[in-house]
This record gives sequence, C-alpha cells and structure tokens, in this order.
Amino acid sequence: MISVRNISKKFGKLEVLREFNLEFEAGKSYALMGPNGSGKTTLIKIILGMVIPNKGDIIVQGDSIKNNFKYRSNIGYMPQIGRYPDNMKIGQLFRMMQDMRPEIKEYDLELIGTFGLDQMMEKPMHTLSGGTRQKVSAALAFMFNADILILDEPTAGLDPMAVETLKNKIKKERDSGKLILITSHILSELDELTDQAIYIYEGDIFFNDSVDALKETTGEDRFTTAIARLMEWSLKKKQHKTEMSHV
Amino acid sequence: MFKLLKYSLYDILKSRFAILYTIFMVLVAVSIYQVSEDLAKVSLSLLNIMLMIVPLIAAVFATTHFFNNLEFTELMLAQPVKRRNVFLSQILAVIIMLSAAILIGFGIPMLLWGADESILILLAIGIALSIVFAGLAFLASVLTRDKAKAIGISLSFWIYFSLIYDGFVLYLIYSLSDYPLEKTTLSLVFLNPVDLGRIIMLMKLDISALMGYTGAFFQNFFGSAKGMLLSSSIMLLWISWPIATAMRIFKRKDF
Repeated sequence: MISVRNISKKFGKLEVLREFNLEFEAGKSYALMGPNGSGKTTLIKIILGMVIPNKGDIIVQGDSIKNNFKYRSNIGYMPQIGRYPDNMKIGQLFRMMQDMRPEIKEYDLELIGTFGLDQMMEKPMHTLSGGTRQKVSAALAFMFNADILILDEPTAGLDPMAVETLKNKIKKERDSGKLILITSHILSELDELTDQAIYIYEGDIFFNDSVDALKETTGEDRFTTAIARLMEWSLKKKQHKTEMSHV
Repeated sequence: MFKLLKYSLYDILKSRFAILYTIFMVLVAVSIYQVSEDLAKVSLSLLNIMLMIVPLIAAVFATTHFFNNLEFTELMLAQPVKRRNVFLSQILAVIIMLSAAILIGFGIPMLLWGADESILILLAIGIALSIVFAGLAFLASVLTRDKAKAIGISLSFWIYFSLIYDGFVLYLIYSLSDYPLEKTTLSLVFLNPVDLGRIIMLMKLDISALMGYTGAFFQNFFGSAKGMLLSSSIMLLWISWPIATAMRIFKRKDF
C-alpha cells in the first residue's frame, strides 16, 4: 500500500535517512522503532509530504507522492506534538478539517464521544492541556475512515483511561483491515497493537520482519526483551565499526 | 483555495493588530485633513507618511504572521491540499488585511472631506507597496527557520529601500553631476519600489518642477501614457517576483 523507494534525506550535513527501502501492506500493523533521532518522524513526514526527500520516491496506493496531494485524503495522521491555530475552537477545528475533505461525507465520531470532546467544542485550542490536545489529534486522525493510519507516539501524554480507549480503537481499526503505522517508545503497547516490527538505527533499517520472527531471531519470548536485545546488537555493531575505523 | 483563504482571513481579521492598524491609519488621515484645506497638500503629506509607514508595517506584520501561523501551515500540509494553495492563502490573507486597513483608514476621511484622482493613485500605491513588502517578508520567512532572523531580514529590506537607497542615489547624482544622468537616475528609480511609488505620485501632483532638471525629464517621461504604463509594469514586477520566489522555496521547504 505504501512503498518507500530509495529515500535519502539530509538536513544540512546530517544524513537522517540513507537509501531507505520499505514496504507497508494493507491489513498489517507496523511498529516503527529506533532510538531518539533515528529518523522515525522524518520518515513519517516524508510519507505525508511535509518533508521533501533529497532522493527517491514513495508510492502510496499506486501513485507517486511527487506533486500529488490527493493521496493525503486517505491518510489519517496523528502528530507527535499536535500544533493547532490558537484562536480556533475545537468545534471550528473539526469543521475546518471536514471542510478540507469535501468528498468524505461519513465521519467516524466515536473517539470524540468517548474522549468527551463533544462537551468542550467551544473551548479555544490554546486553553487546552497537552493531553486534551492529544485527544483532539487522535479524534482527527480517525475521523475520516482513512485506509492508512499513521500514529506518531499516539499515547504520549494521555491518561491511562484515554490510553485504553485509544488502544481499543486502534485494535478495532486494525482488525477491519487498515494499514497502521505506529512509532512509540512504550514497547508493551507496541507488542499489543502491532504484528510487524521495524527497527531503524542511524538512518538504516536494522530489522524488518514480523514480531514472531523477531522473537525467534533474538531467542527471547517477550517482545520488550527482544527489542532490548536488538538495541544491544545495534550498539555493538556501531562499536565494531568505530574499532575498525581506528585500525 | 478559497476554503483555505476563508480560514486564514477569519484568523487574521480577528487579531487585534488589524483593528489597531486601521484605527492608526484613520487617525493619521483625519489629522492631516484637519491641517490643510488644499487637497494636493493633503495627498503629499499622506504620501510622505505612507511611504515610510506602510512598507514597515507590511514587512514586520507579514513576517510575524508567517511564523505565528506556522502551526496552521503545518496542519494544512498534512491535509489533501496543494502546497501552493497553502502558501497563497497565507499571503493573500495578509495582503487583504493590509489593503483593507489602507482603504478604510484613508478612504473614510476621503469620503467625508472629498478626494480627487491623486488620492486614488495614493491608495493604489499604498496597496502596491503593501504587497511588495509582504512578498519580501514572506521571502525572508521561507529562507530562514528563525523568527527573529526573518524579522531582521525584513527590516533590513525596509531600511535599505526607504533610507539607504536614497542616500546612495543622491551621492551618485551629486558626485557625477558633470555628466548627463537622466537615463541612469530613471533606471535607478525602477530598482526601488518605494521611490517608484513616490515618483509616480509626484508626477501626478505636478510638482516635479521642484525637482529641477531631472524632475523635468521625469515629467517628460512619466507624464506620457507610455511612461505610466512602463512604471506600472515595473511595479507589477516588484509585486510578483518576491511572491513567486518565496512560493518556489516554500514548495521545497521541510516542515
């Protein structure tokens, strides 16, 4: 459904992604992992067209994203830090986003109800707490029944009850055959929600397979320890590289 | 495009700044109308104030607006809309707000106390300068990620075109006064939108005699229909190139 082809991105001298190739298929859910600054958010922003890659292309549902904007109507995106116009009220924001996608008439308002956002439609965005803002982001991402859901740290800043609601919603959408892409540092949550694991390290893909295969390769039967093992390996590989360079 | 513009305009017109700017323009116009009865003098005074203030306000306001609205821009870029339309809606909203402030601020006193053709040209120059400096400000904004730096660049555009450039031209004319410089000064005027606006207005007011030999040459040139056409097209160039360049950079920018 999404194929990332030879994507390279540099910010000045810093090479964030190097010759990146990935395939995301419909009906699967992917956990995108990696240490801070490994390029997870950059990859997501490239898929959304917010960051323009230096090289390579991305094909979403058969179309290249270059000079294309329509494909975005099929992506629900929940940013890591939701930033919204300060003066706008929650209700206005929802109406505006609906206005941006006139071809979609059926809205999924389930999260607005369960998060209790319908009680505070008149509140301006700048008065909201970080958690409420996050709830608004989540509600927006799921609102348009998009086939692709990209969630960047979806549960950061949410209270435990809201986390549970959001997780159930993600599971529900996953089971209905949508492509789900999640980045998070909370491993238990990824274990619960995803079936594919992608580990990025210093601009390269270090691991890309199903969660079961990950447990098998690392010889661990718990997801968290398997990932910890993976991180250890990636660090060792780096040490190895530096030793070599000293020679 | 119109939807985007609707939301950006809604946001900008609600801001306190739009109202303050309009009130300020009204006050300036009213006080100048009070001082003199002669419409030519009124428009000359209005011109002098406008040539200083309008570019300054346009440059600073457009830059701060670009950075204050960065959240909105980022939000829109993840939606199924064209990047070009996101950019155009932002700059058009700024231009509409600045032009409306000039039209209302100077227009209401004009309706009350009368106006002639020269004041209409004054309004047109004010709007043109707002667009030019809003475009330069957006250009400065897309070139940098830092708000303070962008405001600095925008302000230096203003200082350069409003203050430094004139000094430079005067120095040139003075030190080379032995040579026939009409054509050179004419082309130098074209390189500065503020001067261009001033000259068009002075020609219209028919006080170019005050400017000596060069003034007579300008009168000769700008007075004719051909001169008016050429100067307006140069103004159009000044309006379009900063916006076009800024848009090209915006389309490739990372958010």
